[in-house]
Amino acid sequence: MVHIVLPFHLRRLAGVEGDVAVSVSGSVTIGAVLDSLEAQYPVLRGTIRDHGTLKRRPFVRFFACKEDLSLEPPDTPLPEGVVQGREPFLIVGAMAGG
Amino acid sequence: MSKIRILAGTKKGAFILTADGNRKEWQVGGPYFAGWEIYHLKGSPADPNRIFASQTSGWFGQIIQRSDDGGQTWQTPGSTSEELKDQNGFPRGESNKFSYAGEAGTHKWYDGSQHPWEFKRVWHIEPSLDDPDTAYAGVEDAAIFKTTDGGSTWTELPALRHAKGHLWQPGAGGMAVHTILLDPQKAGRIYVAISAGGAFRTDDAGQTWKPINRGLKSPYELPDPDAEVGHCVHRIAFHPARPDVVFMQKHWDVLRTDNAGEHWTEVSGNLPTDFGFPIDVHAHEPETIFVVPIKSDSEHYPPEGKLRVYRSKTGGNDWEPLTRGLPQKDCYVNVLRDAMCVDQLDPCGIYFGTTGGQIYCSPDSGESWRAIVHDLPSVLSVEVQTLT
Repeated sequence: MVHIVLPFHLRRLAGVEGDVAVSVSGSVTIGAVLDSLEAQYPVLRGTIRDHGTLKRRPFVRFFACKEDLSLEPPDTPLPEGVVQGREPFLIVGAMAGG
Repeated sequence: MSKIRILAGTKKGAFILTADGNRKEWQVGGPYFAGWEIYHLKGSPADPNRIFASQTSGWFGQIIQRSDDGGQTWQTPGSTSEELKDQNGFPRGESNKFSYAGEAGTHKWYDGSQHPWEFKRVWHIEPSLDDPDTAYAGVEDAAIFKTTDGGSTWTELPALRHAKGHLWQPGAGGMAVHTILLDPQKAGRIYVAISAGGAFRTDDAGQTWKPINRGLKSPYELPDPDAEVGHCVHRIAFHPARPDVVFMQKHWDVLRTDNAGEHWTEVSGNLPTDFGFPIDVHAHEPETIFVVPIKSDSEHYPPEGKLRVYRSKTGGNDWEPLTRGLPQKDCYVNVLRDAMCVDQLDPCGIYFGTTGGQIYCSPDSGESWRAIVHDLPSVLSVEVQTLT
């Protein structure tokens, strides 16, 4: 299971408290984890990635194991710590504003 | 006794304010969707307990919320796992999916170049007059969408953008369909207003649209002041008993048409300034209209720091200031285009919200005013339901 930390507003939208766990079949990539997350919580479709292009929304960032993966392509494998469930995959609302 | 329910969208959530028909004692509910921008909420005339809300965020995009119990509980229609699959098990559209039909095309950009259409948010939701499952959404970048399944899926009526959409361009607030008026007398007739595209009308339920901007003059905004499209219309309004007569608050100028938009005439008359955002019509007097003059396009606050609603009982030209109960010094708030409305009681109640977080109510057609709340987040929209 991959553990995902959602930002406050998306936790509330999805109706969850704390981390969420999703199972991923096949390679554990950024795109595969997001696919599983959206399948489990359909209300999150369009909030992290654009509907049509599946591009990351500009003010959403992806962190894992102290790395910023936001600019990596969707087929990028996640670090082993995330795959093993020891470390979370963080979806973060970017800092914006003053 | 009748009950009044105000639906207020703000920069940081939605609020629902209720009172009995005396409109003196108010209960404030919310914030709902705290922390999100709520551009607009509106109840269905066919089922007042069904309310649609546009919830948006610069971070997380567009969400459509729906309540079927008058705002006590909310859901995102079309977002359950079951709803997301069609009969063959394939994913289908969701309530927050607004995809332009076909090639999105381009519109005019700030530098005069052409820029691709990009969906940003829903500014306004207009529920059908007779079907609670049907509603229209005015969106940025400017287009109109329709749902016939209670908000689960939305489909564009793309012909609107064919009405010289390549010549529309964003104003400072973006480029959006912000007003949708459904004609209660002529089936299929819809008016929309766009900043900065102008006013448009369809007589065939959105299959074709025509610009209805003859008579509008925008000498400081457009190189051709009489252009067919491109005018920055801030708001239009009609009385449902007389939908061929439409009133307009343009960027500058207040206007009216008596022939469904075929020609407009300026009726700014003795207003201290004819810049402003909202305009609305008295519930029982089709020639009585209300505006809130704002100093200028560069200074979005009331002239002289005096918050004044202006009323014309003659359909324009002759205006009187309404000030009793409104701050008459040091007031520098704005009233946005979707933040004024009227109830259906007699005497008619007038309501408006400010960027300073106040919602004002006049229970006597504008003679006197009182702030229902003082300290909400900046108010983006105000709608009122008269419940019996």
